[in-house]
Amino acid sequence: MDEVRALIVDDSSVMRKIVERSLRQAGLDPLVVVEAGSGAEGLEALKSAPVNLILSDINMPVMDGLEFLRQIRAQKLAVGVPVVMITTESSEEHVKQAILAGAQAYLRKPFTADQVKEKVMPLVGAA
Amino acid sequence: MLLNGVRWDHARAFAMTCGGPRGADERREQGTRKGTECMPVSLRESLGDIANPKNLNDSVEEVFRLMLGGECRQVEGALEAEAERVTAVVGFGGVLTGACVFRSGGAAARQVAARMTGMEFSSIDDTVTDGIGELCNMLAGSWKGRVPELAAHCGLSVPAVITGRDYSLHVQAPEFRLQHVYEFDGVRFEVTILCDGVV
Repeated sequence: MDEVRALIVDDSSVMRKIVERSLRQAGLDPLVVVEAGSGAEGLEALKSAPVNLILSDINMPVMDGLEFLRQIRAQKLAVGVPVVMITTESSEEHVKQAILAGAQAYLRKPFTADQVKEKVMPLVGAA
Repeated sequence: MLLNGVRWDHARAFAMTCGGPRGADERREQGTRKGTECMPVSLRESLGDIANPKNLNDSVEEVFRLMLGGECRQVEGALEAEAERVTAVVGFGGVLTGACVFRSGGAAARQVAARMTGMEFSSIDDTVTDGIGELCNMLAGSWKGRVPELAAHCGLSVPAVITGRDYSLHVQAPEFRLQHVYEFDGVRFEVTILCDGVV
């Protein structure tokens, strides 16, 4: 597998580590992780570090995940890079909002490494 | 549009959100349509589901099994008095207002955080409070996700975590309260769902 450079956006440092661990358990290797604590930090990270996978929480202070996603598209950052939204919100309405904002997949917390594998691997060409 | 391998169309999305053919959402079909908006029926019709203690147990067990890799079980009695406390609160807003509250002693909080992160903690530091806050967030999300009306029309606040000694939390006359003590990995914690209003 080619190197995967993943941007993980979550205001919880613990969740960022859990997502990273799940990606490694899912078999993403080699994996380079870039972390951001908010949507705003995520936008800055994308301007300086190219990535080929984005995983973002939705419910965050400063700039939430949906606005982050809209800004990525509006600013034409990370064009063609798949985005996975990770959140405790799981209603159809939340899924719809994520799709409209441009997400390719949706992962509900709590999750297992197998669920991460199922959702993420096809997006990085390793199904 | 594809999401998780499933083709999505907005008409279907609207139908599912506002009372489409899925059985679980049938009650929402009684809602009132105004143009493109759909008002949910009163949650009072679902209060029995919402206040069902099994939903809280199932949520706690799911979160601990999936995120901490272990089983937890509800136990009888109250949480033992302990000077050092960690309390995480995630608020509910929308058709239901209230909060999900996680409460434990310091040692239990450190142990739960250790299982989440794979790290060891000798004190209640920022990583422990971050982990406990995120755990409370997942408990709140899992609990509200078990009732379709809540999943769709009730939002969550970001977690707030309180640490310290000799404090107590008071809530005035909630509509209902679910308060259970659980044991995980030899330590005990308490999860409370407080509802102070439903539409």
